[in-house]
Amino acid sequence: MRPAVRRVTVWALPVAFVGFFFVYPLVTILGRGLWPDGGLDLSPLGDVLAADDVRGVLWFTIWQAALSTVLTLIAALPAAYVVTRYRFRGRMVVRALMTVPFVLPTVVVASAFRALGFEHSIGAILIAHVFFNYAVVVRTVGGLWAHLDTRQVDAARMLGASRLRAFTAVTLWALRPAILAAASIVFLFSFTSFGVILILGGPRRATLETEIFLRYNQLDLRTAAALAVLQLLAVIVLLVVSGRLQGRRATALGLTPASESARPIRSRSDRTVVAGVLASAAALLGTPLAVLVSRSFDTATGFGFGSYDALTELRRGSVLFVPPIDAIANSLLYALVATVIALVVGGAAAFAVARSRRGGLLDTVLALPLGVSAVTLGLGFVIAFDPPIDLRTSWVLTPIAHSLVAIPFVVFIAAPVIRSIDPRLREAATMLGASPRVVWREVDLPVAARGLMVGAGFAFAISLGEFGATAFIARPDRPTLPVVVFRLLGQPGVENFGAAMAASTILMVLTLGAVLAIERLRAGELGTF
Amino acid sequence: MRRRIGSLIVINAIAFTGLTTTGSAGEQETITLVTHDSFNVSKGVLRAFTRSSGVKVRILRAGDAGQALNQTILTKDHPIGDVLYGVDNTFLSRALDNGIFDAYESAALEQVPSEYVLDARHRVTPIDRADVCVNDDKRWFREHDIPRPTRLEDLADPEYRGLLVVESPATSSTGLSFLLATIAHFGEDGWRDFWADLRANDVVVVDGWEQAWYEQFTAGSESGEHPLVASYASSPVATVNKKGTSARAGTLLASCFQQIEFAGILRGTEHTRAARRLIDFMLSRRFQADLPDQMYVFPVRDGVALPAAFEEFADVAPSPLELPPSAIQENRERWIREWTETVLR
Repeated sequence: MRPAVRRVTVWALPVAFVGFFFVYPLVTILGRGLWPDGGLDLSPLGDVLAADDVRGVLWFTIWQAALSTVLTLIAALPAAYVVTRYRFRGRMVVRALMTVPFVLPTVVVASAFRALGFEHSIGAILIAHVFFNYAVVVRTVGGLWAHLDTRQVDAARMLGASRLRAFTAVTLWALRPAILAAASIVFLFSFTSFGVILILGGPRRATLETEIFLRYNQLDLRTAAALAVLQLLAVIVLLVVSGRLQGRRATALGLTPASESARPIRSRSDRTVVAGVLASAAALLGTPLAVLVSRSFDTATGFGFGSYDALTELRRGSVLFVPPIDAIANSLLYALVATVIALVVGGAAAFAVARSRRGGLLDTVLALPLGVSAVTLGLGFVIAFDPPIDLRTSWVLTPIAHSLVAIPFVVFIAAPVIRSIDPRLREAATMLGASPRVVWREVDLPVAARGLMVGAGFAFAISLGEFGATAFIARPDRPTLPVVVFRLLGQPGVENFGAAMAASTILMVLTLGAVLAIERLRAGELGTF
Repeated sequence: MRRRIGSLIVINAIAFTGLTTTGSAGEQETITLVTHDSFNVSKGVLRAFTRSSGVKVRILRAGDAGQALNQTILTKDHPIGDVLYGVDNTFLSRALDNGIFDAYESAALEQVPSEYVLDARHRVTPIDRADVCVNDDKRWFREHDIPRPTRLEDLADPEYRGLLVVESPATSSTGLSFLLATIAHFGEDGWRDFWADLRANDVVVVDGWEQAWYEQFTAGSESGEHPLVASYASSPVATVNKKGTSARAGTLLASCFQQIEFAGILRGTEHTRAARRLIDFMLSRRFQADLPDQMYVFPVRDGVALPAAFEEFADVAPSPLELPPSAIQENRERWIREWTETVLR
């Protein structure tokens, strides 16, 4: 590709994709509420803002999301440090395990928390948000941390800086974009959290997201649209502020391959740090997971594989029955398609964002799907993609919806990495006679690939976990594992419950395997750098 | 790197082909049945329909019953399917008011008691009934030597303090039906007092049926601590012991609210004939007999034999509580709001 063509493509592709699959359906559904008869009527917005209970809901939505974000950072940053800066046996598995909570269906996790004795409370909401979003911080921040040149810290130390000072002045400063990106994502997920609020918070707690859901269920399109606009505005403010803070024109960092920056565990203090962090992660993430796994083996007749057999036997003769292998195949297929879309669109966007002064705008627009209520977007799909387009009931809508959530991850993770490429490297290549195309292929792409692969891991996990709007749209019968779990829990009976736990356990194993495979791909990548 | 991407594309292409070939099967007429997530039918029964009518049925699941209906309403200018199955009497008026159905009077309705036919113009056809009732854990009451409750009033009695778990009517159709049961029983003037008493009696409110049954109900889960739950008349069947001799859960028959599920032909369909055949088929003996085992609901057709477990352990209230669909439509949102103020705020 010629550079000019490439510049246009990296902009046009993400803009067209998000414009058609996100902005268009969103505007269509909001329009049904706000300009039902052709004329814009903003009165619902005023009504909503004037209502005391809505202000209460907005305030609760914001503070629980902010607190969830802070707690997640506190819990997960040490883990990001340990799994990226230390080399120890099983490190990849640990990192992959930390991603597992991210994909689990909320109902299943909620039932594990309930089994651990959590009552309806704000505490249960916060812990669940930390549980789900832990991986966001570990992977987003870890993605950059792994490549920070330790020599900068060494130099600071040599120049007389204390350990703490070197950490805050050099490491935290360098990680700032990644930390802010991770914090934004965690905030948005908590801000639009739905199942966790309803199930673990109990019916007394309401957030904007749950209110929007209820209004749409009542077919009150006006109020729902007004609330959705309010939510959208809050999200835009957050993203703009976070973008400013990230300082997009960050200087190039000296990045190194991860294999060089990670060190083995040598001293006693190393051992204490690693053991302490891993133990706390095991307690926080491992306990609910262990409850799920043990329940999948806990049958009426004692410990055994009965629930797994039930998964292949229960309702075998009915249309609801899905052989587990089919559900696995469906899950993998959707995840693969969503990942490819997210990589292509998000990859292009990452270059656009990293290379352009106006990239911040694109960055913000791409992140919006993270902060928009799933039910709004789902209904938007249903009414916007009517004939002659008629994608409403097509299976591709599922991976597309998943990729909308996955794209910002790819951009958030890859853009800082691309931005950090030392321009001198490219200049040197040019000087040595490389054409712009060769420079792009030999310099930019290999570096970008590191960030892109981390993003790909996320995209895959997001899709496996069935994030987003597709839960609310009519879909032909190609059920994924989370769908199987929901169906089983929809009917009474010990066998149904056990089989749901078994399906959840399979989902966990699948995620683990997928993330490990992607990590391996990524490791191979770095070797060549 | 390049080779890896290449192999990804190949895998992808294979997967896509797989999808398209399974999607189209011959020249048969295909109609789309829009329904809720808990819809289920035996494969053999559906195949029998296709064999006898030449019509293939594509099933489109669209969330819970309320969401499936809402989507159908929002898309009524370009219907996403040909038949909608799963509108119940609590949402019937919303469906009828929005004019999404074409009328069709199936000849098979002769076999259905007229009390289930709620629309005289036959825009919807009754298919099944699934009464919402309070279930109790019989074993728990025996072990604690407390008599099982028999009336709705009992639930507010201090003897049953902290024993009942219900679903929020704002988020759960089961919860909505139970609220309607109390309104039908206590009347517009009395239901809020009853709920205030229930609140004083420590009623537990959860978001959905899954949480009520699998997390709170003693006969539905190991961790449950509440022996009374708002669920269905058919739910005790799920608690039958291994030998099939007794069910752990029972039903408080005086608490049952009649819930009838309907199917209707979506206005604008190009497959009217096939859609009608599907409605006829849903009232056929074969489909009706398949309902209990598949969806935990009862057939509306007379003289359909029930599976043994249902015959024995599912209780059918002789005269369930009822409210006219138009009254439900008119007041639903207000009732839910008042309920929220009474019970949650």
